[in-house]
Amino acid sequence: MLYTRYEADQALMNTGTKKVMLGVFLLILALIPLGVLPVIDFMSQPDWLRLLSEVSIFAIGALGLNILTGLAGQISLGHAFFMGIGAYTAAWLGAPVGPLLGLNLPIWIWLPAAGIVAALIGVAVGPTAVRVRGLYLAFVTLGLVFVGEYVFRNWASLTGGSQSGRTFPAFELKLWKEETPLVSFNTDGPWFGIDLTAEAKTYYFLAVLAILFVILAKNLQRTRVGRAFQSIRDRDIAAEIMGVDEFRYKLSAFGISSFYAGVSGALFAVFVGRIIPEQWNLFLSVEFIAIVLIGGAGVVTGTILGSLFVIVLPRVVEDITNGLADAVVEGTGLLAWIGDLFISTGAGDFGLINTQPGVAPGLSIAQFNLVLYGLLIIGFLIFEPLGLYGIWLRIRNYWKGWPFTY
Amino acid sequence: MTPGILVLAQEAPGGSHFSQMLVEGLSLGTIYALLAVGFVIIFKATQVLNFAHGALAALGAFLVAGFATVWDVPGRWMPWAPSWLSWFGSVLLALVAMALIGMFLERVFLRPMVGEELFAIAIVTLGLDIVIRTITNDFIGQFPRPMGDPFGINVIDLGWVRIAQTEVLQIVVALIAVGSIAMFFRSRMGIAMRATAFDQEAARAQGIHVGRVFSIAWAIGAVLATVAGIFISLFPRRSAGVDLATAYFAFKAFPAIIVGGLDSIVGGIVGGLLVGFAESAVSTYVTADWLGTGFAGIVPYLIMLVVLIFRPYGLFGTEEIRRV
Repeated sequence: MLYTRYEADQALMNTGTKKVMLGVFLLILALIPLGVLPVIDFMSQPDWLRLLSEVSIFAIGALGLNILTGLAGQISLGHAFFMGIGAYTAAWLGAPVGPLLGLNLPIWIWLPAAGIVAALIGVAVGPTAVRVRGLYLAFVTLGLVFVGEYVFRNWASLTGGSQSGRTFPAFELKLWKEETPLVSFNTDGPWFGIDLTAEAKTYYFLAVLAILFVILAKNLQRTRVGRAFQSIRDRDIAAEIMGVDEFRYKLSAFGISSFYAGVSGALFAVFVGRIIPEQWNLFLSVEFIAIVLIGGAGVVTGTILGSLFVIVLPRVVEDITNGLADAVVEGTGLLAWIGDLFISTGAGDFGLINTQPGVAPGLSIAQFNLVLYGLLIIGFLIFEPLGLYGIWLRIRNYWKGWPFTY
Repeated sequence: MTPGILVLAQEAPGGSHFSQMLVEGLSLGTIYALLAVGFVIIFKATQVLNFAHGALAALGAFLVAGFATVWDVPGRWMPWAPSWLSWFGSVLLALVAMALIGMFLERVFLRPMVGEELFAIAIVTLGLDIVIRTITNDFIGQFPRPMGDPFGINVIDLGWVRIAQTEVLQIVVALIAVGSIAMFFRSRMGIAMRATAFDQEAARAQGIHVGRVFSIAWAIGAVLATVAGIFISLFPRRSAGVDLATAYFAFKAFPAIIVGGLDSIVGGIVGGLLVGFAESAVSTYVTADWLGTGFAGIVPYLIMLVVLIFRPYGLFGTEEIRRV
């Protein structure tokens, strides 16, 4: 690629193809809930829309971890802790006044506040985290998750306490504390003359938010701050010699990452509806690490691909398993024969996955998905460290030179 | 998720809180130390930060439970043997099996990653942790598996303190383990391992089979994890047997490792004991209501955070020297 201007080199969309593809992608995103698209029209079903909304939420959180781990090169297992902070900030400010803490403030206060409070706490624990290096940092953040889980479990007036949890404010835009919201994202009804379900509205709301955060993250990479992060990641001593204030930039990386985590946590809590304090555990953090690594560390596009992959995959596995199980029960054809090898449908039937947990041998679908997660993390790290983005790059480069191999 | 310490009817009639607390701390501390030493050996020899250590502990404990109570191996071949003998036979089998599993995991999943970034390798073990833990959990099923051990809840009453039989065994086993590791490091293979830990390439150039060193290190690590896992699943800790909580319990060994320093075996032992005593002291004496439940469970992490503020490489860890 030849550039004659510095701006062209730094542009977000450096080729015409990218512009067109982005336009098509956004159009598809907008049309999905209407069910007018061929092939993927099943995605307009409410359950699929909820899944895609979850992708948006996880993409926001993963973008934050991507900034910290992928861009600034700092390892964090503490993402779930900051998500929890965001969620409970949102609950305190936004939830209706009741037995649990709640101030009934509108979304334009609680959503940014969730991010800001998480960011402040991120900066507050930062000095410890910045002092330790490399692998020790992983353990500091691991400690945060466990300490955080303890605090969440015991602060019952805010979190509802262990095993019972609490509800969170709704997705609705109010100016202040009035009864009827200005715009509600979780009730059925027409928008601009088009009838939409609650799921579709939530989907639109979260997709727009996710796009905003993507633009933010994308732009951060191109700024002075983003370049400072990358220089610290590549060689911290060299960065310091060039005048990058390591302490300051590591702190701000923590802050920004925690901001994303806080917002994502608040959205996740609201989206799920009721959350127990144990939810903010190590596994959630690992899920985000999986997203970043599977997608491709340090790349915004990769992070989005990763969230899509990690969130949608369990559902696909479940559908395939259930489909195969039906075929096995009906018991004819090649499909049934193949399915029978993998799926156990009864107590005497051997198989890798079972459709009757506790009765048939083999892993339940949820367990199988967990195992798949673990294997995917391992597999990507061993075979494709650049993640899905790396695979995409190879495909693209192949066609770039086609029919030549160079 | 982090269960408090069980102090089941252990209080001796004439004993003091203090002596009981010491026993409790020693017992907890040896478990953490066993986990920490295995972890540190793997880390030093192979440069792998093994997040799957807790999962290995749970898997090992499950194998013991399985051999002893489900498959009755080796008891079915030696009907003449008393039950305690066949139980120790099961333990021995489980240890051998875990050594093999440890070697297998290293060979298949971690050998391809040699020379990669430490963090990337650590995440591979995080993936392994998920896989092993899920599969073990599926094997265990809905309820904890009893270990089938001959000790039960028997205690030895010394008058001023009561010690569970398992705790005595545990301390003896830990001493033997540490002693044999010290001996091992004087053997030919042990010296090879120390050389590998110092510099993999130089060791290779000297004719040391680095791959074999890796295998041995993982075998030792897995065996030590299994020993710890067994004691976690026995009476004073979790008398119901092995379940998912075994792996969670083992997670508390990470602070012990960090407090001692990631790359120091002595640090692992000291850190383990320190964390164990602290946890037991807190659960005995700090009983304020506002602290809520499970405070003792996070004491290890708090100690770790405090130690890291003052000594970023732990108490005994080598400071990373940064050269330009």
